[in-house]
Amino acid sequence: MTTPTPQADDVLVRVRGLSFGYGSRVIYDGIDVDIPRGKVTAIMGPSGTGKTTLLRLIGGQWHPGAGTVAFDGVDVHQLKRRDLYALRKRMGMLFQNGALLTDLNVFDNVAYPLREHTKLPESIIRDLVLMKLQAVGLRGARDLWVSQLSGGMARRVALARALALDPEMVMYDEPFAGQDPITMGVLMRLIRTLNDALGLTSIVVSHDITEVLSIADQAYVIADGKIAAHGTPAELRNHASPWVQQFLTGADDGPVSFHAKAPDYLADLMGTAK
Amino acid sequence: MSAAIEIIASFLAGLGRAQYFLLGILGGVPAALARPRLVIQQLYMVGALSLIIIVISGSFIGMVLALQGYRTLVRFGAEDSLGVLVTLSIIRELGPVVTALLFAGRAGSALAAEIGLMKATDQLSAMEMMATDPIKRVIAPRFVAGVIAVPLLTAIFCVMAIGIAGGHAIGVELLGVDAGSYWSQIRASTEIADIQQMLIKAGVFGFTVSWIAVYQGYHAAPTSEGVSRATTGTVVVSSLAILALDFVLTAFMFR
Ligand SMILES: Nc1ncnc2c1ncn2[C@@H]1O[C@H](COP(=O)(O)OP(=O)(O)OP(=O)(O)O)[C@@H](O)[C@H]1O
Ligand SMILES: [Mg+2]
Repeated sequence: MTTPTPQADDVLVRVRGLSFGYGSRVIYDGIDVDIPRGKVTAIMGPSGTGKTTLLRLIGGQWHPGAGTVAFDGVDVHQLKRRDLYALRKRMGMLFQNGALLTDLNVFDNVAYPLREHTKLPESIIRDLVLMKLQAVGLRGARDLWVSQLSGGMARRVALARALALDPEMVMYDEPFAGQDPITMGVLMRLIRTLNDALGLTSIVVSHDITEVLSIADQAYVIADGKIAAHGTPAELRNHASPWVQQFLTGADDGPVSFHAKAPDYLADLMGTAK
Repeated sequence: MSAAIEIIASFLAGLGRAQYFLLGILGGVPAALARPRLVIQQLYMVGALSLIIIVISGSFIGMVLALQGYRTLVRFGAEDSLGVLVTLSIIRELGPVVTALLFAGRAGSALAAEIGLMKATDQLSAMEMMATDPIKRVIAPRFVAGVIAVPLLTAIFCVMAIGIAGGHAIGVELLGVDAGSYWSQIRASTEIADIQQMLIKAGVFGFTVSWIAVYQGYHAAPTSEGVSRATTGTVVVSSLAILALDFVLTAFMFR
């Protein structure tokens, strides 16, 4: 963790001393995260460590037990509801399972934020929606109902919806899960291109390490409520910690055991385990 | 003993949460009314789709009431009063109560399940992240639709039970009570107050069932088990609430 902290203005989201738990279960124990403006930041970590939870904390959906989250210098959790909603229009979020509204079809889902927040005429909304759907390759699926979409398609529609209001920052929760290799390549390039062409700030949560590191400017690895590693992709690949190495390469022997704590396997099968 | 106190405490805490939630909903009602399309859509979902069960139940209850009433009245030669018996039983009690019970089973459970599923699949979270308030957009329109639907359905239930297919069909068409006396006796002994009281009861029941249903759905645990609990909870709690409120309201209206 030797990366120098970027200059104040370069940081869009600044997380300081953040602690959070569900009931008595601690998810975060005083973490610091900087999301630099205009960059793609990858968030990685084992399943169930709290990556989705971190995005929800940034979006102001959960309240931290301690610590602060500042978006563009504003403490997200001190805002009144109205101001929080105004702030959220500047963030797009792609939910892990899409979270499309099931009583609307694909077109209306993407149009939803536009219709709710703008007074644009229907013809312009139509053009905007078709452009967003074209970007994710689903212009032809506009009339389908949400129940008729595959998991990967639903996530791409959700991506189009997250981009509908042209936010300043987009949080992608597992954008590549369930995508075939071609779509995955398109999505990777799309995230990177959008980020650079529109000057967005992107947070990408993903398990697809190679893919996400190939488009990220910097990455955080989270484990056990702490930041296990942080740096540019090159720095992470050369990281000294055997834990980080095991996580990045996916080796099954190393400091992390793939298996949950259990008695000896053979003894367990023979029924002689204590 | 301490277990009993705990149950009572958690019940009161739940009641407090539900009242707080109700304040939120009422705050969202103007926003929902400003977009009548959402309310009309929900009115169709909870109202129009409950129509068939209301029509059928109303008819059968009217028919049974006429058969039973006729058997008793004919012994006193008072079968001309059959219309009054059917009408007052239906308008004062059975109409509002049975309609509300059926509404809780047909529409209330569906509302709770739908909202619970929207929560479990992160749709409500997604709305919040898109800076739209799910209370205004999802909860309030469904609540308003429920409050409007129950009095309308109750009126339809009563018409079916007394007139078209229920009491009239059995009493007049089958058992041969004179149509003229069936209707004139009804007109003579039914007061406007009876109809007002029916509508008050129906309004209170609609309010209560809709409140319980959206509360159960919105506070469901985001799992399949949580959704099924919310559905069952809606039907059980609504039914008990309807019967208890009916007693209270009747006692107040009794003269
Ligand atoms: N609403 C909740 N209530 C209680 N516990 C929760 C809740 N949401 C998540 N958790 C728990 O918190 C932990 C972190 O959840 P989170 O969804 O943030 O993980 P994640 O890192 O996104 O995992 P994945 O990679 O599988 O999506 C999980 O172990 C989960 O069991
Ligand atoms: Mg997750």
